[in-house]
Amino acid sequence: MTQTAKDRLAGVPLPSGLEAFSGVTAHAPHLASREEKHGRKLTKSLEDAIRASGLKNGMTISFHHSFREGDKIINTVVAKLAEMGFRDLTLAPSSLLSCNAPLIEHIRSGVIRRIYTSGMRGKLADAISHGLMAEPINVHSHGGRVHLMDRGELVIDVAFLSVSTADPFGNANAVTGKSRCGSLGYAMVDADRAKTVILLAEEIVAYPNAPASIRQDQVDFVVPVEQIGDPSKISVGAARATTNPRELLIARLAADAMEHAGYFEDGFSMQTGTGGSATATARFLEQKMRRKGIRAGFALGGITGSIVDLHEKGLVGRILDTQSFDSVAAQSLAKNAEHLEISTNFYANLTAKAASVDRVDMVILSALEIDLDFNVNVITGSDGVMRGASGGHSDTAAGAGLAIVVGPLIRSRIPTVVERCTTVVTPGETVGVLVTDHGIAVNPNRPDVAERLKAAGLPVTTIEDLHRRATMLTGVPQPIEFLDRVVGLIRYRDGSVIDAVRQVKG
Amino acid sequence: MSNRLRRSMLFLPGSNAAMLSTAYVFKPDSIMFDLEDAVSLREKDAARLLVFHALRLPVWEGIETVVRINPLSTPFGMADLEAVVRAGVEVVRLPKTDTADDVRALEAEVERIERDCGREVGSTKLMAAIESAAGVVNALAIATSSKRLIGIALAGFDYVMDMQTERGDGTELFYARCAVLHAARYAKIDAFDVVFGDINDEEGFLKEVDLIKRLGFNGKSLINPRQIELLHNAFAPTEEEVDYARRVVAAAEAGERQGLGVVSLNGKMIDAPVIDHARVVLRRAEASGVRK
Repeated sequence: MTQTAKDRLAGVPLPSGLEAFSGVTAHAPHLASREEKHGRKLTKSLEDAIRASGLKNGMTISFHHSFREGDKIINTVVAKLAEMGFRDLTLAPSSLLSCNAPLIEHIRSGVIRRIYTSGMRGKLADAISHGLMAEPINVHSHGGRVHLMDRGELVIDVAFLSVSTADPFGNANAVTGKSRCGSLGYAMVDADRAKTVILLAEEIVAYPNAPASIRQDQVDFVVPVEQIGDPSKISVGAARATTNPRELLIARLAADAMEHAGYFEDGFSMQTGTGGSATATARFLEQKMRRKGIRAGFALGGITGSIVDLHEKGLVGRILDTQSFDSVAAQSLAKNAEHLEISTNFYANLTAKAASVDRVDMVILSALEIDLDFNVNVITGSDGVMRGASGGHSDTAAGAGLAIVVGPLIRSRIPTVVERCTTVVTPGETVGVLVTDHGIAVNPNRPDVAERLKAAGLPVTTIEDLHRRATMLTGVPQPIEFLDRVVGLIRYRDGSVIDAVRQVKG
Repeated sequence: MSNRLRRSMLFLPGSNAAMLSTAYVFKPDSIMFDLEDAVSLREKDAARLLVFHALRLPVWEGIETVVRINPLSTPFGMADLEAVVRAGVEVVRLPKTDTADDVRALEAEVERIERDCGREVGSTKLMAAIESAAGVVNALAIATSSKRLIGIALAGFDYVMDMQTERGDGTELFYARCAVLHAARYAKIDAFDVVFGDINDEEGFLKEVDLIKRLGFNGKSLINPRQIELLHNAFAPTEEEVDYARRVVAAAEAGERQGLGVVSLNGKMIDAPVIDHARVVLRRAEASGVRK
């Protein structure tokens, strides 16, 4: 008769809490069969995965938004959760966009009760701005989202993470397969922190899948899905080569400011963002770098083809990519060892052991509004309705050596430079320079930069002067009518509340 | 020839309020608000009002303001003229100028309006656009028709239609360009070349700019702000040219101080035209640096 551990331990007093060995499958039943051992994470349907995840009413679910307007997962999963009868969930995607309008009905019916997001646009944002939700939404930055998780406020119970390829164990990426969004910078954070991780994979590939942006030791379930997103819609309204003369003028001025602000030395680093002006700025910088015979040490952030182009020409060293903004960036990430995929924790979390934003010299940022104290609004429009995203704005402004905000002084008839921002997302003390088509204003807290730009003959004026100019051209806008009710809390990257968005009247 | 740089004349449709109020940021040498062909019939009144107000904005410093009015033979021309002279436009551009009498008729009306509204008589300058075979043949008479004229411009589209041809490699404009240019130089006023229509063809644009610069035109009419930087850069002198011009001007000034009639530099005589040209080179360099 075979001797058991129990036999061997006869007379041995086991400390409380310890048990005798009772077979290799006792705590790992999946090891009993090869099929189970290899395939236990593979789930036939989304519904099965949700059931297996243990999701309950009132819990928190998360998603990444790397496909931006092309995302096909957030709406699908929430619709499934509604169908399965879930209620009172907290929705915590890295961000929401216009394509997420179908969520309105699930908020109305009580499936979703709270929202954490970097931003929102379109009909969903409009409905929430007009009082759709009983509880205000929380708007965080990319780095701030990770911080809220790490301090225990935002606990993700189940993360639904879409990937273009995954193996049956859950090694996954979005640089191989069909619908590739490139960097999984947002999803990497959730894979690390969520209690349960469900991968929605467009293609199941042979083990081991590489690169493993998301790793097998983070993943609970793998669900095959038809399509996770449309990569052609990632760059809608974002990354494009502009022919707009005004954007080109701003870009040329921004590049001039970057050249002369005191950071343009061999090995400098930059983040240029994704708007029309930002992309063109990279192009003008190329000429300046060649003329001066210097190259950038690294480029950071949302990465576009124009940064990849500079890199391939030998003008930019490594690329740190937390979101790939077009197919050129996604392809480069797939094939180029110098193009690195980084999580938003690595990128921008102020309580991470190190955040790349702290190493970047200059960042180009956008603004819906900027006020006389250089505070920036990137979330509410001139009608008070939310139509933007916090993104990495406040993270990079705080971390970078110099934050340069670029934008037209006037959009149609709406001034960008205002006396007081409708909503403050990024505090003015972290914004160094404003570049508009009507001239440059430098924050009085950066007299060094002002002096250098003036010495270079750039059109430097004061922000008060730009404000007067805007008002002269457009007149003073009627104040927006708000109700007292708060519909959104703007969370600074350290978790504090920097402003509140109120319900728009009417 | 005046001292004013007139390399770029940016056309703006008078009916586009957003562009009118902020176009000065592109810093062309001259900005031309169009009330004529770029404005549809139903928008003529609105455009006139918009341009009237745009002219009164305090933002045009350093930029010459020009308005292309409708011909006085149309129902809009006189109302246009009344509005823009009263608003203090610097230059009125007369379209479709066929004869010197067209200019003189305009001048008489401008003078009347100046008197009516209390502006200094003669303060409103004029330019004439030549757009037909008749205009080209009469170019000299037109160019010398009024002291108010600061320049004449060739307008290519109507001209080639009148000539029963179409825009091509420039051969079709060669005679007209030379005729307009000679008339302008004889009258000591400026000469402006035609617009280049394909805004996405940078190479073609620069080729044409190079040609008209070598012919001797002061500048060119532009239809997109993107063309301004390209044009100014093409007109900017090279570093060597600036160097040489500096030495010419220095030698001339030294000669003047010493009361010399004739000055020489490196053994070569430099006379008045060379010195004048050197000053133009330096002005262009001052305006937009050396060529990149």
